[in-house]
Amino acid sequence: MRMNSIILGLSAGLLSSTAFAGDVRVMWYSDGVEGEVIQDLLNRFMKDNPDINVILDNVAYKVVQEQLPVELEAGRGPDIARVTNIKELADHWLDLTPVVADPAYWQTNFGDQFDWMRPDGSKIIPGFMTQITLTGGFVNKTLFEQAGVPIPADTATWDEWVDAAGKVQQSQQLNAAFAIDRSGHRISAANVSYGANYIGGDRLPAPIDAGTKAFAEKLVNWVADGRMNKEIWVSASGTTYRAGADDFINGQIAYYYSGSWQVANLASKIGKNFDWVATGSPCGTAACTGMPGGAALVAVKYTKNPAEVGKVMDFLGREDIMREFTERTLFLPAHKGVLAGKIDYKTDDENVKASLEAFLKASGKIAPNAAALPAWKWGTPVYGALVTRISQVMAGELKLDEAFVRIDEDIKAQVAEASK
Amino acid sequence: MGDVRNGIATRAGAMILAPVGWLAKVFDAPLRMLQRRTGSNGMAVFFLAPNMLVFGIFVLFPLVINILYSMTGGGALFLGERTFVGADQYGRLFSCGSYLDPKSCTEDLFWIAVWNTLAFVVLQVAMMVAVALVTALVLNRELRARSFWRAVFFFPVLLSPVVVGLIWRWILQRQGLLNLMVFEAGGTPVNWLVERNWAFTAAIMVSVWAHVGFYALILLAGLQAIPKDLYEAAEMDGTRPMRVFWRITLPLLAPNLLVVLVLTLIRAVQIFDEIYVLTGGGPGTSTLFLTQYIYEVGFASMLRNPGLASAASILMGAVLVVLTLIQLGIARRNEQRGKMR
Repeated sequence: MRMNSIILGLSAGLLSSTAFAGDVRVMWYSDGVEGEVIQDLLNRFMKDNPDINVILDNVAYKVVQEQLPVELEAGRGPDIARVTNIKELADHWLDLTPVVADPAYWQTNFGDQFDWMRPDGSKIIPGFMTQITLTGGFVNKTLFEQAGVPIPADTATWDEWVDAAGKVQQSQQLNAAFAIDRSGHRISAANVSYGANYIGGDRLPAPIDAGTKAFAEKLVNWVADGRMNKEIWVSASGTTYRAGADDFINGQIAYYYSGSWQVANLASKIGKNFDWVATGSPCGTAACTGMPGGAALVAVKYTKNPAEVGKVMDFLGREDIMREFTERTLFLPAHKGVLAGKIDYKTDDENVKASLEAFLKASGKIAPNAAALPAWKWGTPVYGALVTRISQVMAGELKLDEAFVRIDEDIKAQVAEASK
Repeated sequence: MGDVRNGIATRAGAMILAPVGWLAKVFDAPLRMLQRRTGSNGMAVFFLAPNMLVFGIFVLFPLVINILYSMTGGGALFLGERTFVGADQYGRLFSCGSYLDPKSCTEDLFWIAVWNTLAFVVLQVAMMVAVALVTALVLNRELRARSFWRAVFFFPVLLSPVVVGLIWRWILQRQGLLNLMVFEAGGTPVNWLVERNWAFTAAIMVSVWAHVGFYALILLAGLQAIPKDLYEAAEMDGTRPMRVFWRITLPLLAPNLLVVLVLTLIRAVQIFDEIYVLTGGGPGTSTLFLTQYIYEVGFASMLRNPGLASAASILMGAVLVVLTLIQLGIARRNEQRGKMR
């Protein structure tokens, strides 16, 4: 795995260093079909703009996470990149204001997310979100029906959801009732629903509060009583990401908490095996929120061809292009014009249509503490510490109180180190 | 016919060697002149220089850089932009109430990784040497299809560690092949990669499976070098097989066994790839080993800490240097013994 990442990274690095005038290199990763869709769109762009050669480098997500930051630190890299750690790398993005045809169009349609991708206080146009993501739950309707358990309402709490899924587990003799991806980002939605606030008065991480502690305790108890799938969180150490999608796809859990980016994946793999639907996020004592996020397409400031980059970004940011991209990839759009209009998702799968509607509806219920996190630069150390330490508790290596102390210490140490 | 073939072979050989001879003639005069100027020692340096250059660029230079990194802190990636912190990173790694209790340490995960690695080294090396020895002894016998069996045991060595990890993950996961067999046999499936002790055992077994062929090959070479007449004499004396093993095979195989032992030790300390794919360091931190700790701190975390990762890798490197010196010492001693014989 490590070698593959290194080879891919070196290849990408080598490729990105051999740009010629008129060449625009795009580093792209895919979760689903978006690689094919963007290639199709870029081919169309090149047909209309024969003087610009756009080269799409499809790389593994790990390359974007681990190799791209190194390239950027070295003042190199692609001309455009699709990234998720947009805030941490914000210093490397190009200001598109002078190179796009109509900066006002960009401000109007993508402006709400600019702070997610630019340094605090900056006013640049760094790029646009190719998709908005929102964490949320998926329910296996067939299993609920077979068990005769009603699906909880929109306002149901986490406890009510887990109780309902637990009944399905018992009735259908499932290995577990539900799963949450092994990710600090995912559980942060639930933490905020229980009143958590990560951001201190000085914009530095606040000590973890009662909201985070309340949900962490629930999570640990659900693993202990066998309702939450132990494998996802316990079977790895550190910040390693593990998704619970396979268990949901195989019909082995009744409820799965992940996010909107899973819709295309679930649709293609579940097919007609069972009925499923997205359900938004369960409620806590303070909110019923999901965590917003997404992937951005940003221009890199070390590009030798900023004018060409501007033309490519202008093309991809066009409303009709964004609409087509959204409809074909089954993503939630970031473009305000697309959001305001009718989106005709290209699928016959009723599960998909219902799920995307559920996510669109849930996007109106995002709590302010959750909405603030994508534009906050210290989110990732908080997520990492939560995952590392809570999974140690689940594995029986730490007590909850010890884990809470460690989480605060880990975050403090990482912030201090990064601030040197 | 044979003469014709020999003639063709001779001509082909001459054709291949002709450019070599031509090059030797071209460089003969300048090399002789160089030797007159620099002397024999100078010529040794001249011929070694390319190799030393490669070694310097790819080994010494990164080592020096790593040492420098370990004395810096901060979020910047490039050495020139980093803050000099002296021995702070080492101080952080060694800041412990008791080294036996990782929870009392500031960097508890480092010490968990240290103790896990130590336990892994002790158990895996013992098992690796034992299994390699048994395998070599079996493969040294007059078996049917012996070459096939030798290939079977050596085949996993050719696999990429990632492939090894993935194959065993498919076998050991909750709904994997092993649990299917357990279920079919009427047993209760076990979550092999989620239960602490089973996961650790699996890590050892998989690494032994993946590498035992290589070490068995070294021992097999040693076994085949033992003079047959010793065994024939023992057989004529009616010596029991176990006594032959203890009195002839083992003593004469000792040099190869020592090499295997040291090589296995070095490899075990460096364990990473297949176990990272197999268990991801879990359950909890029960298979978190030193190299994974370094990788995660230095590369995988969003907020990388190259200083701390470098300090940990320097400490690990020091252990490996000690083990390598032991290996060199053994190799030299074997060489001297060979000369004395």
